[in-house]
Amino acid sequence: MTSEADLNNKSRRPRIATVWLDGCSGCHMSLLDIDERLVELASLCDVVYGPLVDAKIVPDDIDLTLVEGAIATDHDWHLAIELRAKSKLLVSFGDCAVTGNVPSMRNVLPLSAIYKKVFRDTAATPAECPKDGVPSLLDRVLPVHQVVTVDLFLPGCPPPANAIFQVLSDVLAGKQPEPLKLTRFGA
Amino acid sequence: MPTVIIEPITRIEGHARVTLQMNDLGQVEQAKLHITQLRGFEKFCEGRPFPEMPSLTARTCGICPVSHLIASSKACDDLMAVQIPPAAVRLRRVINLAQLLQSHALSFFHLSSPDLLLGWDSDPASRNVFGLMREHPQLAKDGIRLRQVGQSIIERLGNKRVHPSWIVPGGVQSPLTAEVRVEIRAWLSEAMEIAERTYRLYRGMVKRFKEEADNFGDMPTMYMALVDGKGNLEHYDGLLRIKDSDGHVIESGVHAEDYASVIAEAVESHSFVKSPYYKPMGYPHGLYRVGPLARLNVAERCGTPIADEALAEFRAISPGKPVSSSFHYHYARLVEILFAIERMDQLMADNNIMDKKVRARARGNKNRGVGISEAPRGTLIHDYNIDDEGRITGVNLIIATGHNNLAMNRSVLQVARHYVKGPTISEGMLNRVEAVIRCYDPCLSCATHEVGRMPLDVRVLDVNGVETQRIVRG
Repeated sequence: MTSEADLNNKSRRPRIATVWLDGCSGCHMSLLDIDERLVELASLCDVVYGPLVDAKIVPDDIDLTLVEGAIATDHDWHLAIELRAKSKLLVSFGDCAVTGNVPSMRNVLPLSAIYKKVFRDTAATPAECPKDGVPSLLDRVLPVHQVVTVDLFLPGCPPPANAIFQVLSDVLAGKQPEPLKLTRFGA
Repeated sequence: MPTVIIEPITRIEGHARVTLQMNDLGQVEQAKLHITQLRGFEKFCEGRPFPEMPSLTARTCGICPVSHLIASSKACDDLMAVQIPPAAVRLRRVINLAQLLQSHALSFFHLSSPDLLLGWDSDPASRNVFGLMREHPQLAKDGIRLRQVGQSIIERLGNKRVHPSWIVPGGVQSPLTAEVRVEIRAWLSEAMEIAERTYRLYRGMVKRFKEEADNFGDMPTMYMALVDGKGNLEHYDGLLRIKDSDGHVIESGVHAEDYASVIAEAVESHSFVKSPYYKPMGYPHGLYRVGPLARLNVAERCGTPIADEALAEFRAISPGKPVSSSFHYHYARLVEILFAIERMDQLMADNNIMDKKVRARARGNKNRGVGISEAPRGTLIHDYNIDDEGRITGVNLIIATGHNNLAMNRSVLQVARHYVKGPTISEGMLNRVEAVIRCYDPCLSCATHEVGRMPLDVRVLDVNGVETQRIVRG
């Protein structure tokens, strides 16, 4: 891939972004589970956006973005599109991103059934679905590739730390990663 | 009257946003924490066979899946009407504390220490765990290792670090082996060195944070936590105790299945997460806190020697009364880390943990089951109903972070009023608003099991709702 050739350009440090959309953050925990290799990773690239750092806007010129979670709200949708536009390589990171997984279990239900259960049936002060300052839920939870083009799929619930580290190392070294030799759906 | 929006809130788990209503004098009038994810677990789990619930509900959270596996399996034990084998209880206690260890390490080292050590006003581009690796490499290494020990214990017992399937209705899937026992005890001894070193370091620096301690959610509230039969710190079982803001016990022993007699949940229009409150006091007066700070305020003692020494030092902050500032969640977390390591070692030292009988088997024998435990962030309740075929007909989950929803909102307001002042609002002012949320170590994927996400962004709107300033960090 040309994007990987660009990544191998030694003139500047590679820039990595991560994001969690509708998921449980377990894939990010598995990323932290590379343990002391985090120091090695930090010496090879800069993490420029994501929940572990304090950037509030998505920067330009991202080399690789890990997208954890499915697309469940209008906010997720727009963020995925923005990240795609600004990233050379976009990775569908974990089973929720790859397939919709557990978040998409709500797809068999109308949103009204969920709102009724949560905000009426189990609340002491029954109310409408909150609307003030919160995003709108999509009526179907979607895997990431149904909204934007995905370059690489890294499945697993979560993907094992070794698989994550290997894929990142390969990309940073300009090699073609082979995630399906390292992990699988449900791993 | 302009509005400032902070989004997304970073270095927390999940998605949130804060809005601050400013008056014409540039002071904060009102503040709201919006949690912006909603997922529907309580609805879409209906119809599933109950033994699936531990694995399904573990997916509410990748930071504390073990907490959900524990509370859910306990609810299933109750549905089966079984008493699980004693060795299974001991093993569940160990894995639960291992998770407390890794989660508290993540909160302190990876997420909050960049504020504490690099400063709330330091360069946002490096105010993170990677900046910490450059500026304080030994501390960063300690944090990574301490979290690794917790995760490794989970992996050796449960065969997987995140979402292990080893904790099941009726007990655990396999007994402890002698080899794993030796390995875990060696890790615990190393972890204790790191934990004591970190505790001493933090204790030495906490006095420097007086202004933060006075303004980061320093307020009178009630506190709720599980305690054991002696009233001591407890994370797996026991009864719910509630103390008032002066430290008097107002509920001495609520059983898991009676939680609804003391807790109800209110809906606020600005957040997908409901706000639980202490029912007898009503909403919103029935404000209480859960989690490490509440547990140390509610318990008589930790019950292990090193942690009890640290607890005495912690209590010296506010002699004779509960420690009332949410800033001291950090301190409480470090005390609990000491406790978790000591208690795990006690459990592993006892030969009864080696018993091969670790699982009771039964079908559903009751139509309602409730499981309760202390997750890293506070009391976690899973409440299930099943039909006679064992299919789920009702689910209610009350999640640790949810309990703190009201308190987090109050704390955000207190910090914002003290630090955020117009006309020019700096990035560091806003980082303090985020930092008070980090004190609670919220887990918003958990809190939003219903449907949810929590981002932080600051926008300034005029009277007509037109944006006049938006503060973003790049």
